[in-house]
Amino acid sequence: MAQRQPPVQQAPPAQRLRLRYAKRGPGRFTSHRDFGRALERALRRAEIPMAYSSGFSPHPRISYANAAPTSAASEAEYVELALAEVCDPQKVAAALNDVLPHGFVILDVAEGRPESLGDLLQVSDWKMTLAGAQPGVLGQAASRLLDRDEYTVERLTKNGMRTFDVRAAVLILRAIDDQTLALRSVHQTPLVRPDDVVTALRQLDARVPAQALLTRLAQGPLVGERIGDPLRESPVMQP
Amino acid sequence: MTTLPTLPTHSLFDRLEPLLAQVSKPIQYVGGEHNSVVKAWEDVDVRWCLSYPDAYEVGQPNQGVAILYEILNERDWILAERTYSIWPDMEARMRDAGVPQFTLDAHRPVRMFDVLGVSFSTELGYTNLLNLLDLSGMSLHAADRGEDEPIVIAGGHAAFNPEPIADFIDVAVLGDGEEASLLISDIIREWKADGREGGREGLLLRLASTGAFYVPRFYDVDYLDDGRIQRVAPNRPEVPFQVRKHTLMNLDEWPYPKKPIVPMAETVHERYSVEIFRGCTRGCRFCQAGMITRPVRERNIETIGAMVEGGLRATGLEEIGLLSLSSADHSEIAEVTRQLADRYEGSNVSLSLPSTRVDAFNIDLANELSRNGRRSGLTFAPEGGSERMRKVINKMVTEDDLINTVAAAFSSGWRQVKLYFMCGLPTETDEDVLAIADLARRVIETGRRASGTRDIRCTVSIGGFVPKPHTPFQWAAQASAETIDHRLLLLRDTIRQDRNYGKAIGLRYHDGKPGVIEGLLSRGDRRVGRVIERVWREGGKFDGWNEHFSYERWVAAATEELAPYGVDLDWYTVRERGYEEVLPWDHLDAGLDRDWLWEDWQDALDEREVEDCRWTPCFDCGVCPQMDTDIQIGPTGKVLLPLMVAKPNLA
Repeated sequence: MAQRQPPVQQAPPAQRLRLRYAKRGPGRFTSHRDFGRALERALRRAEIPMAYSSGFSPHPRISYANAAPTSAASEAEYVELALAEVCDPQKVAAALNDVLPHGFVILDVAEGRPESLGDLLQVSDWKMTLAGAQPGVLGQAASRLLDRDEYTVERLTKNGMRTFDVRAAVLILRAIDDQTLALRSVHQTPLVRPDDVVTALRQLDARVPAQALLTRLAQGPLVGERIGDPLRESPVMQP
Repeated sequence: MTTLPTLPTHSLFDRLEPLLAQVSKPIQYVGGEHNSVVKAWEDVDVRWCLSYPDAYEVGQPNQGVAILYEILNERDWILAERTYSIWPDMEARMRDAGVPQFTLDAHRPVRMFDVLGVSFSTELGYTNLLNLLDLSGMSLHAADRGEDEPIVIAGGHAAFNPEPIADFIDVAVLGDGEEASLLISDIIREWKADGREGGREGLLLRLASTGAFYVPRFYDVDYLDDGRIQRVAPNRPEVPFQVRKHTLMNLDEWPYPKKPIVPMAETVHERYSVEIFRGCTRGCRFCQAGMITRPVRERNIETIGAMVEGGLRATGLEEIGLLSLSSADHSEIAEVTRQLADRYEGSNVSLSLPSTRVDAFNIDLANELSRNGRRSGLTFAPEGGSERMRKVINKMVTEDDLINTVAAAFSSGWRQVKLYFMCGLPTETDEDVLAIADLARRVIETGRRASGTRDIRCTVSIGGFVPKPHTPFQWAAQASAETIDHRLLLLRDTIRQDRNYGKAIGLRYHDGKPGVIEGLLSRGDRRVGRVIERVWREGGKFDGWNEHFSYERWVAAATEELAPYGVDLDWYTVRERGYEEVLPWDHLDAGLDRDWLWEDWQDALDEREVEDCRWTPCFDCGVCPQMDTDIQIGPTGKVLLPLMVAKPNLA
């Protein structure tokens, strides 16, 4: 007769490590699910002693936080690993870098802290490259957006058409040169993405190119006027 | 590994990058996967672009391409890169931007390579071949190809009758590709060293004169007034009348793939597969694979164990498939499964054995591979519904075998049984197909009794039969789409009307239309090339995908393009061929004796079975003497080699 043994209860993790990693070149075109599969396989190749979840199909305990959208490059993605044995964080990072596919690089590592990664990742800095923009267009469009108190755009999501207040999410938006914008945005719910900002700019000025290549440069807690290191710093409210 | 500091020479990545951000699942086009290889263009003598003409998610797991990719790249004088079919959204943007078909590995234009090798497991990839050539900026017709264009080589099972694509390819390779691809590379290197003597045609002549490579342009086909082929003959003195298939012996010396590519995009199979043996002599008469891959050549348990362990370490995958045409037939399969199950017990590694054999032994194996107690479904392939039908196709399974097997499965905790069948087999009647419903009812009845629960299911999966070249059924009339559809609906209604068992039986089936086109392409001759081209010109591609396949477009193209020759779609499909007829692939030698195939066809009609030559005397199919090969099977008595485990020090 049937022999479904009750699943073994797994021991709690011995250590939590938080990693900062970059998505570059071909890596930018992975979805967060693609990255998840690639990371799990790299962890097995590197023989990192992962803690596993309990249940009939145990899986390695990995927490993802605020992944960049597919086709955005990033220098500041974060993930937390739960390990079954205590390891030297630097050795784990080095072992992973040896076996990760092209386009993914672990840049930094630290022991986990009580605040969840999700709570620490409050704001992001983005570089948005809009090839073919005419001189001055990006700067003017950015100023027009910043002049508003509120500016909504629509985007089709899995749950249908949704409305996003782009203006409320923008802290900084300025042209670095004719084809590049620097954006600092707050992670709200629902999350305003950089491409929503491009949509808004195009609505304000049709000369803004439709296609933007996005790169996340940093994300973390807001520490006064700057973005803090989420592996080591906590948010500091502005006075 | 980190990103390459600079792009490889000839890379198109800078032009691709802006396009990729605009399409769905861009990751499938960018490469960079773990175990992929990028070599410097100038450092090698011979450059291969390998392709499986379907989307990445289907093509990437292909075992043949994976093997060749590794074997070729292991040579320091060869490089091999890959390319797959491009979805229409990306294709439109590439055509707008003037970006040609490129490889994933170094994003180089396909047109720059020496060889474009395309692997066909199904004929439904032919339109994608044309699209691949066109998007590469290459000449569609081999006759128009310039000196600087790649040699287009077709391989895979469909290459055993490449006549429908004869106009578009330069070479077809029959059989195992490991040694063949190296031989081709050698010939190209020598030809280059000789100052490309004779140009493109000179190279093709060097290949053809070996008798190991088929170059369609060196063979002329004449036709009779009634449309049948009169003769196929070489038009050059150096070129032999027959081209032979390649057979790799001693598979233990070729343990590939050792470190296959680990995809980042999601694909249809995400497991490390070990081919535990190649070839099959069960003799199922419908099975082209079983006929053209003879003789049986096993890998021993030592090699299998080493490949499994090496593959896991090289890929980080957790699922292992022990592949072959009938894995339970390996002479040491019980030891292989038991020892592997012992080794990986308690880990997250899972082992699977595609189970098609219908006997209690198979249940023991399946139990061994599911020690953790997860016993969801088992698959069996009786193929024919009635005992009479199974005699015709030489699938030697009695109804009692099947019922006993099923009872054993349900009493060891399995809850679902999947049964594979075919519809439209030679001599089949409605009653033969309706016997499937009776069989499924008995399965449920037996299962309920054996398991003591009503919570069990039987899924019947059934597809239309397509007669294939180099099989005893190569002469058979294919059943029409109407016949197939009629019988499938009859079966569906009969199962549905059963109050007692109907709800426990699931039926999965496809309509008969795609099978008719597959039939045209399988047994077609060179005249069918015009149909393929017409369909492609009218937008046909991705014919293996329901949402892209258009039966109407194929029928219309066949009607118009074949009319000048006095033949039509029916002539190629539902017409039975006679012994005297010259078949389009008769000059291509799979080793099978034509008279033996004919006798086996006659035996089929007489419902006479033939045994397996692994455990009964040779029945003279002709392969071993013709190809100078022999069966290579165990038992060897070997055991898994101990693991050399050195855990990394991460503390």
